[in-house]
Amino acid sequence: MICERCKQRPANVHYTEIIDNQKKQMNLCEVCAKEEQQASFNLLPQQNLHDFLAGIFGPGPEGDLLQCPQCAMTGNRFSTHGLLGCSNCYQEFEDRIEPMVRRIQGSGVHTGKVPARSLSRYRVIREVDQLKKGLRELVAREEFEKAAEMRDRIRELEQKLAGREDENDHQTDGR
Amino acid sequence: MTIKQTVDNPYSPWMDDDAPESDIVISSRVRLARDLAGYPFPHLLSGEPAEEILRIVADAVADEDLERRLGKLKVVLLSQLPSLDRQILVDKHLISPDLLKAGNEEAKGVVISEDERLSIMVNEEDHLRIQCILAGLRLQDAYLLADAVDDGLEKTVDYAFSDWLGFLTACLTNIGTGLRASVMMHLPALVATGAIRDVLSAVSKLGLTVRGLYGEGTEASGNLFQLSNQITMGQSEEEIVSNLESITRQVINRERTARRYIFQQKPEALKDKVSRAYGILRHAYLLSAGESMQLLSDVRLGVDTGIIKGVNTRMLSELMVISRPAYLVKTGGRLSAEECDILRARLFREKMTENEGS
Ligand SMILES: [Zn+2]
Ligand SMILES: [Zn+2]
Repeated sequence: MICERCKQRPANVHYTEIIDNQKKQMNLCEVCAKEEQQASFNLLPQQNLHDFLAGIFGPGPEGDLLQCPQCAMTGNRFSTHGLLGCSNCYQEFEDRIEPMVRRIQGSGVHTGKVPARSLSRYRVIREVDQLKKGLRELVAREEFEKAAEMRDRIRELEQKLAGREDENDHQTDGR
Repeated sequence: MTIKQTVDNPYSPWMDDDAPESDIVISSRVRLARDLAGYPFPHLLSGEPAEEILRIVADAVADEDLERRLGKLKVVLLSQLPSLDRQILVDKHLISPDLLKAGNEEAKGVVISEDERLSIMVNEEDHLRIQCILAGLRLQDAYLLADAVDDGLEKTVDYAFSDWLGFLTACLTNIGTGLRASVMMHLPALVATGAIRDVLSAVSKLGLTVRGLYGEGTEASGNLFQLSNQITMGQSEEEIVSNLESITRQVINRERTARRYIFQQKPEALKDKVSRAYGILRHAYLLSAGESMQLLSDVRLGVDTGIIKGVNTRMLSELMVISRPAYLVKTGGRLSAEECDILRARLFREKMTENEGS
């Protein structure tokens, strides 16, 4: 057999490479196998990575209309650039970002470190989730009196969360 | 140590050879990507807000706890550093090549601790990139240090954070923990036996990214490989770090097995190869970049297998920095390609003579 790459030397290496779960198999000579192997280790530089990401997702249907009010990033620009404009973009382009996050990061949610400043708020959110779950169970068991108490508690916490958000907005504006 | 001393000295503590598994793992690195809430990400940043961020970071790094741990920390503006010095910081693995990309130079800054274990890049792709680099396989320690620095900065800095997506970064590939942990490994025996392909494809199936070091085009990469986590969200920092560490240990075992195999099969061939490499590095008058990387790899294997005595791998890592164009030009001024090869060979001879004398 002759090498599939240079088509000169005899092929004596069965070369397998896996890129993004795509298996590539070739019969190569030793020289080409070595070169091929080296080429595959050179990771895309950052700039290309962004082009690459942008290329996967392409412009959205209404991409040009969406714009982040804080940084003026548009859906279109995001699509061609691969980078978000500011942390507010995550809310602004939520619907478009969601499927991208799934493809890049898998199906999980953040389970790691929480900055201390967000920690108390984070705990409240987790508590609300727990209470809502408990509420559904109580309703299913038809324990309406307890359910009403729990609903009040949830409302109270949610108001507290909304209040905090306002405070944060003021802080940001004040810069 | 000031930043001037840092760029004048090719040595950095991550090169030390008395660290765990340092016969195979040269260094462990942990990087945290962080952005400030309420500011555009660096690629959209200019003027007043950019200066504000530099100011906020300068105040944040002046924290007492951080100073007690790492000495005085100071933001150095990239625009105040000569471009050769910037490149030397890249070659010493203290900052990323991306920080030197054209554009927005005024907004960029760098913090490097005296012991060079910690560096912080300001306004690279994210507002903050906190990096800790240690010798050998010490990922946990590197993470703990980065985590402590993160805590210290967070006392005064408001991070962009979402309950579900975690830390919010300019690129979606870094959200969640913002953590990229990596090890730089020297794998000459896996390369020589051809087993490297299977090992690396297995590693990439386990969620790690592999790349060669200094591997531009077909330039010899000195059998150095960098393994890092691919995904940053959905796992805790501890899980990411311990996953990388356990896979690294598997690769270490495979490399050790391959080294034993080569040594048992053809001991003379191995001794001959590494000793010749030593001879060339010690006595040559012309050394190209590619050749010297390959020879440094051979000599490192000779030292780590006990064939070559009286040489430490710390010096070999220093020579990798010395061998790079930025250090040569800083030492010798403007040089042609041939003059570079002459100077490289001279510096190698000097360094090795000095080493023999000590
Ligand atoms: Zn071929
Ligand atoms: Zn935005």
